[in-house]
Amino acid sequence: MWEMKATRDAFGEALVELGKENRKVVVVSGDLEDATRAEHFKKKFPDRFFNLGISEQDLLGTCVGLSLEGFIPFATSFAVFLTNRAYGILRISVCYNKRNVKLIGSHAGLTVGEDGATAQCLEDFAITRVLPNIVVICPVDAIETKKATRRIAEICGPVYMRLGRAPYPVITKESDPFEIGKASVMREGGDLTIIGCGLMVSESLKAAETLAREKVEAKVVNMHTIKPIDEKMIIRSAKETGAIVTAEEHQINGGLGGAVAEVLVRNCPVPQRMVAVHDTFGESGDPEGLLRKYHLKDVDIVEAARDVLRRKS
Amino acid sequence: MEKECADLDALKERARQFRKEILEMIAEAGSGHPGGSLSAVEILISLYFCKMRHRPDDPTWSLRDRFIMSKGHASPALYVTLANRGYFPKEELKTFRKLGSRLQGHVHVGVPGVELSTGSLGQGLSVANGIALGAKMRKAGFKVYCLLGDGEIQEGQVWEAAMTAPHHRLDNICAILDYNKVQENGPVAAIKGEEPLGDKWRSFGWHVVEVDGHNFEELLRALDEFSKVEGKPTFIIAHTVKGKGVSFMEGQAAWHGKAPSREQLRQALEELGFKE
Repeated sequence: MWEMKATRDAFGEALVELGKENRKVVVVSGDLEDATRAEHFKKKFPDRFFNLGISEQDLLGTCVGLSLEGFIPFATSFAVFLTNRAYGILRISVCYNKRNVKLIGSHAGLTVGEDGATAQCLEDFAITRVLPNIVVICPVDAIETKKATRRIAEICGPVYMRLGRAPYPVITKESDPFEIGKASVMREGGDLTIIGCGLMVSESLKAAETLAREKVEAKVVNMHTIKPIDEKMIIRSAKETGAIVTAEEHQINGGLGGAVAEVLVRNCPVPQRMVAVHDTFGESGDPEGLLRKYHLKDVDIVEAARDVLRRKS
Repeated sequence: MEKECADLDALKERARQFRKEILEMIAEAGSGHPGGSLSAVEILISLYFCKMRHRPDDPTWSLRDRFIMSKGHASPALYVTLANRGYFPKEELKTFRKLGSRLQGHVHVGVPGVELSTGSLGQGLSVANGIALGAKMRKAGFKVYCLLGDGEIQEGQVWEAAMTAPHHRLDNICAILDYNKVQENGPVAAIKGEEPLGDKWRSFGWHVVEVDGHNFEELLRALDEFSKVEGKPTFIIAHTVKGKGVSFMEGQAAWHGKAPSREQLRQALEELGFKE
């Protein structure tokens, strides 16, 4: 039904294009450029690429220094290592100093697969969005990733962008607009709103098809920007449809679900269910098997939808 | 400036004056870090008044030498140095740590002349490396200096950065260790000993110089040496005394992060030769 392409692959290509257009862009890795696809940039612009080895704190700090010299550094590694190991550096050297550093965390979520729990980053939204001055983005597919990669180089300030390892369905078009902080409506519907990010948006669309067969029309929103979150979209959706389901490849605490709940509670409380990992670490397995086991599939979104519809009345 | 640096007595007099101002500002604030501020005085004077190329009236001059105060809690020492050097008015020093002041408790980028907000130890050397790397990429000839504390180098990130600089042949970076041998809860040697320190940094690939951190002649000579070393970064181990200049503070962990009372301030100033 959809073409499949990994967001990390799209990122690797987009980075090269960006490198051609903007000589200030430099790329730094923590010895994972082959996996994150930053290696394409390395091959094309070896003088603007640095592998700092397996030292994430040093990686981020060095990027801060490069940003002070007017470069636009892309700090690349796996989401789990970049956000977790270097968190204190992200907090102070990057965010408190408001440095123009772009963190690219690849291999996020359960769909990292066989490498297992230590590699499966399920808390990056929670720990990054809580920091002041940062923009947090989760592109929905390869096409959006290319737009996002270019866009984050244009804005000034700290950015964290999450990418995945496995191929994701390509669900957007080149002509679709992409604006940081403005969610896109993927499907209109009046009975409830499913707000997803990343891989979960295509699962949400599949869920919407199932629900449609039960005469339930679900609005599906691609919340690609976790921070600043599109409050207007959330509030409008709550007012118009009266029920929300969020879906993310992330822990149930503090991620997209939490961010949406914060907006709802402050403005327009409606029943909400969160499709997410239920406060447990992941494990080794095939990506599809993991999504099923940890309840991150369209069937889980459908079940959550039925639940909020019941509570709606 | 040149003239003053040839006159060691003038430099020493400046150091005496700085110690007074550091103690006064901490006492006025009611909190702060006197021990590690007093130990860094000669190092900062050597840099800002003698060695560094910079323009107080143009803090973002692109060819300036950069200084990263990685040991951000010794902010009083840096603020006093910057104020005296003309970066901002000395009257502001008494607003240190007060709500609404630019002079944040730990080194803050809002203060003219400060390159990076620090305070969470261990982060500055990586940033300094990044600046040095950027300078090499731009073929810019300025130098990068980074002041570290000895408690601070217990942070693992410091050693990551210590591997990076020699690997990338960053001979434009000079890291200086304010080696006062005492940290917040006792002597460094009793908590997480660092000797043989020079050997460690040498084995990592740095050019190592050891000096008396309160001796201007030695400091200036070491900084001169740095400018002549090619192909590797320089690490200056400045042997200092925590709380230098005040007998009841010298070598005392208790004075790491405590403000003197009015009476203690009076005593300290008297020792430094300032009578009320």
